[in-house]
Amino acid sequence: MTVRTLTTLQINGVQTDARVALSDTLLTLVRDHCYLTGAKRGCNQGVCGACTVLTDGVPVRACITLALDCDDKQVSTIEGLGEEPTMQALQHAFINCGAFQCGFCTSGMLIAALALLRNNPRPSADDVRYALSGNLCRCTGYKKIVEAVLSASEAISDRNTP
Amino acid sequence: MKEYIDFGVGKSPPQIEAQEKVCGSAQYIADLYRPNMLFGAILQSPYAHARIIAYEVSKARAMTGVRAIVTGDDVQEHWRMGAFIKDEHAIAKGKVRYVGEPVAAVAADTESIARAAISAIEVTYEELPAALTPQEALASGAAIIHENSADFVKVFETGTAGNLCSRTSFQEGNIEQGWRDSDLIFEGSYQTQPQAHVSLEPCGALAEIDASGRITLWSANQSVFRVQANVCESLGLPMSRLRCLTPRIGAGFGNKMEAHIQPIAALLAAKSRKAVKLILSREQDFEMVRARHPFEIRFKTGVKRDGTLVAREVELLADGGAFADDSPGVLGYALLMSCGPYKIPHAYCHGRLAYTNKMRFGAFRGFGVPQVAFAGETQIDEIADALKLDPIDFRCKNIKKDGDHWLGGQLIDSNGLAECLQKVRLSSGWDNGRVSPRDGVKRRALGVACSAHISGLLATGAIVRLLEDGTVLLNTGSVDIGQGSNTVLSQICAEALKIPLERVSVASPDTDGSPYNWGTTASRVTYMTGTSVIRAAGEVERKIKEHAAEIFECGIEDLEIIPGGLVALKGVAQKNISFAAISGRAHWAVGGPIIGTHTWVFEQKTVDPKRAVVVGLPFPQIGGFVFNATIVDAEIDETTGKCRVERAWSACDVGRAINPTMVEGQIEGGFVQGLGYALFEEMVWNGAAIANPTLMDYKIPTFVEAPREMHSIIVETNDPRGPYGAKSVGEMGMNSVAAAITNAVNAALNARLRCLPLTSERVLLAMLESDRTPTTP
Repeated sequence: MTVRTLTTLQINGVQTDARVALSDTLLTLVRDHCYLTGAKRGCNQGVCGACTVLTDGVPVRACITLALDCDDKQVSTIEGLGEEPTMQALQHAFINCGAFQCGFCTSGMLIAALALLRNNPRPSADDVRYALSGNLCRCTGYKKIVEAVLSASEAISDRNTP
Repeated sequence: MKEYIDFGVGKSPPQIEAQEKVCGSAQYIADLYRPNMLFGAILQSPYAHARIIAYEVSKARAMTGVRAIVTGDDVQEHWRMGAFIKDEHAIAKGKVRYVGEPVAAVAADTESIARAAISAIEVTYEELPAALTPQEALASGAAIIHENSADFVKVFETGTAGNLCSRTSFQEGNIEQGWRDSDLIFEGSYQTQPQAHVSLEPCGALAEIDASGRITLWSANQSVFRVQANVCESLGLPMSRLRCLTPRIGAGFGNKMEAHIQPIAALLAAKSRKAVKLILSREQDFEMVRARHPFEIRFKTGVKRDGTLVAREVELLADGGAFADDSPGVLGYALLMSCGPYKIPHAYCHGRLAYTNKMRFGAFRGFGVPQVAFAGETQIDEIADALKLDPIDFRCKNIKKDGDHWLGGQLIDSNGLAECLQKVRLSSGWDNGRVSPRDGVKRRALGVACSAHISGLLATGAIVRLLEDGTVLLNTGSVDIGQGSNTVLSQICAEALKIPLERVSVASPDTDGSPYNWGTTASRVTYMTGTSVIRAAGEVERKIKEHAAEIFECGIEDLEIIPGGLVALKGVAQKNISFAAISGRAHWAVGGPIIGTHTWVFEQKTVDPKRAVVVGLPFPQIGGFVFNATIVDAEIDETTGKCRVERAWSACDVGRAINPTMVEGQIEGGFVQGLGYALFEEMVWNGAAIANPTLMDYKIPTFVEAPREMHSIIVETNDPRGPYGAKSVGEMGMNSVAAAITNAVNAALNARLRCLPLTSERVLLAMLESDRTPTTP
């Protein structure tokens, strides 16, 4: 039988105890154990970015992150970020700009954009392109995603300007 | 009363699924779970061509947690599926025909047990000689891939013989006369590469079986009805014994139109008597679904010195892979579109499709047009250059106008191509100079191309139900693969009944409850299903008025529906009654619940026998033409040969934009998919196996490769037959891209590239070659 190890981590603020195999990835943990299916398995190789989640605030590819390496860490998936104003601004902008079609890349795209805006609240279009260049989208041609991130950045800064 | 935002036709409401997609709660096939479901895994063929001698499954069967094993022995010889030629079993039977073909499958308690069991299955093969290219396959003495192809059921006269899967030809005018009438004749050979769809969501399916043996099947698909047909044909099931449903779809581009592993999932469920989920890995999705056909193309075009096109011969050789799938349709359609949107009085367009020992090739956005547009539109530029004509002027001189006929003979009566060309010409600054002065190591030029597509094909329907409270449920059976058809069809329904968009809900496609829809493919849903929605809503309107006429004691003709879900006396808006009141009356007292239905099949003939002679026509009724003109501004680094598209203008005659933001999304997404096709995407076979079946090795465009400036230009011609004037847009944005980029590169380098993709190596070599050759006068 597969050896399983107990790991304890915070997933979307909830303490989670899981028995995982050494080879289980964070993506398997969040999707198949926690049924948090917002993170998608697009390539299982760390290329497409559809599985992007935050661990301790840093965007990572859940498909190439071992679950056991997340012991004691704070993991946030798309399902747990909806209360954050920056994420809400991004979600709103993605909806209004038509920044997704099939939506399969959207969770990862939003999390990568969130990480960008946390570090750089007023990015240029090129900043957005480079920050998100590790997230693939096959539907939109990317233009409306760039527009959405810029529009969210503007909305946040308008809100923060007295 | 609450003020509703008007989101009718011509407005751009967000997708009705927007909220779930940005919250991560949209459910795709891999996100579905059933109680006690099993997980499937597939054993793939290591050989391109081999006879299956025996299966040894006892070790796998003995493993704890293994619930079912299926092989070719579980299907009967005559259970075969296929859109045009029924040549394909649910799983390899008797022979394997490509590396990666499913040979056996296991359902087990966990994925890891299923995978372990797969590796415990031993299959004994007798390897056979393989035919890996169309040339090899069609050579005399080639190994025959389907020995009994003469016995296959075919839906048109395919001409199948040996490894020739199908052949098609169109003849108009008299080609020999055409050559005699031409002052100059241009001939070139072109090659295009296999392209992978790379929907971000890999294919998958989830099947379960009820106590009576009836199967329910969810899958990543573009048509629940094609899934139903394929699974039933390949498993010998009556269609009434299979219900097909759809979760959200993570894009398709043609990849999910015909069957992938749905029959195997259904077979595993039937054998294990449990729910079975089978999700392909990215590698399997590359290796066992389908891809865009590589074409060998010969184009020969005759022209008068004044720039009038006179004659064209097109010869295509397409690699179909191991099974026909949609390939005969792609070949026929590519030929139908191979004269482009031009008046050419003498034409002979013919092609052959070969079975080979590769994965099947099939439908992919553009359906053969990107290939022939690459050849045709780069040759048009070559001719314009030779005649010293501006490439856009040369095109404008020859394009079909309203009242002209398409190849085959259909009348064109809605054509915005001239306006598309004019718009991209003006907005790109084309007339300020096509080739930029050299800037250091950068060479830069504009390139143009145009092309056409269709909107109407096969059968569709809609059911509009007025619910008890006056809200509306729209049920069309058309799968929204992400492009937004649920929203667009809802807008059409809301517009027809003059109700707010939020009062229309869309039923998820279900073969048990939805009207037939051939599929979300061929750019057809807005045009075909949109038409049915208007007609079905019209029936609802008529029934509403019948009730109102009784209530108001007036004639139906004295009534009109007014915005907000009300029917009123014409010109007396305050004398009205709500849909809710009428629906309540219909449900509880008089007449019965109000339902409107409409179904139709596209009946416009592809061929007028008085104008053309056609052999092997796969789509006898196809039409509703749309047009595109694309200009790109491409920059080539002369030290590396790397080409980058800096800016792009794409104008599409869509008839009418029901949802302009979504139309732009199709144009932009199609452009970038075409850019990948033009510049670097290529599935490479190393011998019999795909060498790059991963996203690490098969690159698609990222944010960085997409143009910095992308201008989507909507041209509206208001087609008299389309729903509110709409035609289509799904594939148009992609068709011209490779040709436009190649024309820009050719102009910048003074070269002639005839092979896709335009890799840095190819561009650099062409540049060096061109720089060595003195310019011919």
